[in-house]
Amino acid sequence: MYSYIPHTEEETALMLKAVGLASEDELFSDVRAAGCLLPGGLNLPEGLSEQEVLDRIRALADRNTKGICFLGAGCYDHIIPSAVRALSSLPAFTTAYTPYQPEISQGLLEAIFEYQSMICALTGMDVSNASLYDGATAAVEAAALALSDRRKTTEVIVSETVHPFTLMCLNTWAHGTSRVVKVLPEKDGVSNLCALDGMLNPQTAVFIAQSPNRYGLFEDFTGVAETVHAKGALFAVSSDPMSLAIQKSQAQWGADIAIGDAQSLGLSMGFGGPSCGYMAVRKELMRRIPGRIVGQTADDRGNRAYVLTLQAREQHIKRERATSNICSNEALCCITSVIYTSLLGWEGLKEAAVLSYDKAHYLCTGLRSLGYTIPVADGRFWCEFPVVFPSEKKMEHFIASMRKKGIFPGVRLGRLTGKPADAPVLLVAVTEKRTREELDLYLSLAKKEAR
Amino acid sequence: MDETLKVIEPLLIELSVPGRRGFKFAASDVPRAQEPDSAIRREGGVLLPQASELDTVRHFTRLASMTFGVDMGPYPLGSCTMKYNPKLNEACASLDGFTALHPLQDEDTVQGALELMYRMQESLSELVGMPCCTLAPCAGAHGEYTGLKIIRSYFHDKGQSNRNRILIPVSAHGTNPASANVNGFEVVEVASSSDGLVDMDDLRSKLDENTAALMLTNPNTLGLFETDILEISRLVHEKGGLMYYDGANFNALMGWARPGDMGFDVVHLNLHKTFSTPHGGGGPGSGPVLAKEHLRPFVPRPTVVRHKSDGRYALSWGRGRRRTKVCAFWGNFLVVVRAYAYILAMGSDGLRAASTYAVLNANYLRVSMQDIFSPAYGSLCKHEFVLGLARFREETGVSALDMAKGLIDLGFHPPTMYFPTIVHEALMFEPTESESKDTLDSLSQAMHSLCETARTDAGALHGAPVGTIIGRVDEVRAVKQPVLKYQED
Repeated sequence: MYSYIPHTEEETALMLKAVGLASEDELFSDVRAAGCLLPGGLNLPEGLSEQEVLDRIRALADRNTKGICFLGAGCYDHIIPSAVRALSSLPAFTTAYTPYQPEISQGLLEAIFEYQSMICALTGMDVSNASLYDGATAAVEAAALALSDRRKTTEVIVSETVHPFTLMCLNTWAHGTSRVVKVLPEKDGVSNLCALDGMLNPQTAVFIAQSPNRYGLFEDFTGVAETVHAKGALFAVSSDPMSLAIQKSQAQWGADIAIGDAQSLGLSMGFGGPSCGYMAVRKELMRRIPGRIVGQTADDRGNRAYVLTLQAREQHIKRERATSNICSNEALCCITSVIYTSLLGWEGLKEAAVLSYDKAHYLCTGLRSLGYTIPVADGRFWCEFPVVFPSEKKMEHFIASMRKKGIFPGVRLGRLTGKPADAPVLLVAVTEKRTREELDLYLSLAKKEAR
Repeated sequence: MDETLKVIEPLLIELSVPGRRGFKFAASDVPRAQEPDSAIRREGGVLLPQASELDTVRHFTRLASMTFGVDMGPYPLGSCTMKYNPKLNEACASLDGFTALHPLQDEDTVQGALELMYRMQESLSELVGMPCCTLAPCAGAHGEYTGLKIIRSYFHDKGQSNRNRILIPVSAHGTNPASANVNGFEVVEVASSSDGLVDMDDLRSKLDENTAALMLTNPNTLGLFETDILEISRLVHEKGGLMYYDGANFNALMGWARPGDMGFDVVHLNLHKTFSTPHGGGGPGSGPVLAKEHLRPFVPRPTVVRHKSDGRYALSWGRGRRRTKVCAFWGNFLVVVRAYAYILAMGSDGLRAASTYAVLNANYLRVSMQDIFSPAYGSLCKHEFVLGLARFREETGVSALDMAKGLIDLGFHPPTMYFPTIVHEALMFEPTESESKDTLDSLSQAMHSLCETARTDAGALHGAPVGTIIGRVDEVRAVKQPVLKYQED
């Protein structure tokens, strides 16, 4: 007997008899005849009781160490309201499949419609899909979308200041194919936009940039859309959606494609996943956007109703002509994020964004006054900033002494980029969750280290 | 928004009351910083709901009550493996020691998480018979993307970039050809034989020096085991190609047969199907990819290794070579935790039993309906089977869609409709091992009674479902007048 399999011995016997088989083995007579039957069993342990499983897995969870988290680089320790966890774990949401049967999926469809509405509101764009895997894969999808929309193009220009893993995902995507990923170099921690015009050419499908960028810095995209559009290419901007409560939206920059990672909207860090990638586009690109989309329509009884729509774009219809293969997305995570923004509203979201901004600036100012090198002006970053140490060794010493007091002081940028110049750079992230006490503890330890 | 329509549950934004809030932050305990430059700063606000916590709780709880999940009733949705999602999985995945973990913490602070990932890699390796594993892919299609990327890199490295064709049976899931296209491959369709299996002559004629791989689901989308699989693998390898296993249907074979032993070189699994993690209304899933030893250098990084010297676990980026990556961090870790809990709970015999009973249930359901409908192909099936209702439709005017909608009124989630496309008026049933004999009996009875209705009162089925909160939706209107977000009046 297994907890998750209901069959009694008697039922099994009755069922086998009904099928006309003498034993369970005969269910696999075709596998046997094909010469594929696995000799012996699997070399895995015997099954465990619920309590044993829980004990083992809790023991693994307990072997992980918690700390006061100043780590960011694409994943942030924000406050998650209790109602977010409670509502996003409702069994109907968790155990439903993709809502292909609208009559019994109206709730799920409406929740996704609300998510799409929220993403469109924050980004200023016209059409959002029902989520992608994460921010990095959203950038890959943006590149693919642009190549399919701009016929006969082969190349993508991406700013060097996007998240290092986003760049790796784009390079992996292009490797071994006819696609070319070119990198617009950075200057002083932001995209060297002066060099963009010279790089754009008739082969260019899209320019992809990110703000706040890999260093946490805001990018100023004034005039970029005009430059990019003048060369017939599209413009895609990746942004942490919470930051859009402070900085200009993708639509305000004139972008065609808005992408990013919605982890900051109520998703736990969860060792990096699942997260939630988002993508929204101008209406001209409505039939190019990958993934599922929910639309509002009517039923045959005069009710307002929701349904998965514009499916002619998708892989199960287009097959080998599809420019994206996405089917499973991060639906539950997108619902989580819209529950989060529903509770906060615009005012709450702005409050979280401003608190993160103010607290990051407080820490930054404090560190600077202790003599630390932070090559970024106030007002030019959101919740994350780089600290440049005299050497990697000094940085490691700093990290080690912070760790002793239970602080994870930042992310080693060099480990992400592999660039020698980044080796002594620590990325420090501060969210609204960090308290004054925690910030002052950080500063007091940094003061000792500065001596 | 069309005001002539009745609204069942308003959008939360339509219920907003200006000034209401559902969450409060502590007052700031730091000074206000200088504002961002005006060139960058966002002015004004945007419209989001303004609701109290209770408004929000009730709204989403009502939405949940308007959604059918596995916890509500039987879900025999073919090809999707809607098995029960154990609550134990959720308890494990909500442990603070996992949820509060940052992906870039120092490795000595995440030894438990890395050990779990390592053990998962090892378990999956044993299940499929392949030594290399990455847990990074976030879904089945993402696994396909990753697996084909491995194949592309392998041939690129061997100087065989001419190998640009992926052979795919005509009955395959739409994701297979889409994934091939996304990876820049050309798709060559392989015909199905009259018994629903790979047409061997057609396969032979399409294999050549430009073949990169054959993508195959086994059992296939008709629920039939590809009995020529060893010969198929031999032929593909003989031409220098590789064998890709789409693990969508692996719930039929756990502990009975392994893709690695069948000659496959690469496989992706769907943890949200075979390994009981919830589908979440469309995701998140997890699509680990496994590969044979000769493909190890091409498996995207990082993967988790265990250092023999001190037993510590680490993320390995490989030696030299290019850094390849397919997602933001290390994959959908919390989904992996759930699947690992399932593997621990089931164990070696339990996983095999899951497949045994999944196959028994499918065959029992098939036989219990054979007086009204016979499968389009074959007799003994694996975990699912496909009925073709083309003749039934001619006789009664009742379509597969009508039957599916009729099942909704009788308390069942419909089977998969109109797939695979090689079967006309297809209904694909996959009961999974989770359902009891009683449930299968009532599903069979429901199909019988719908069949009866079709012959006596077909009109009733054209209007089904009637017991749901909404009726059939106007899909054409949704496409022609797209309303894809809330619009202020």
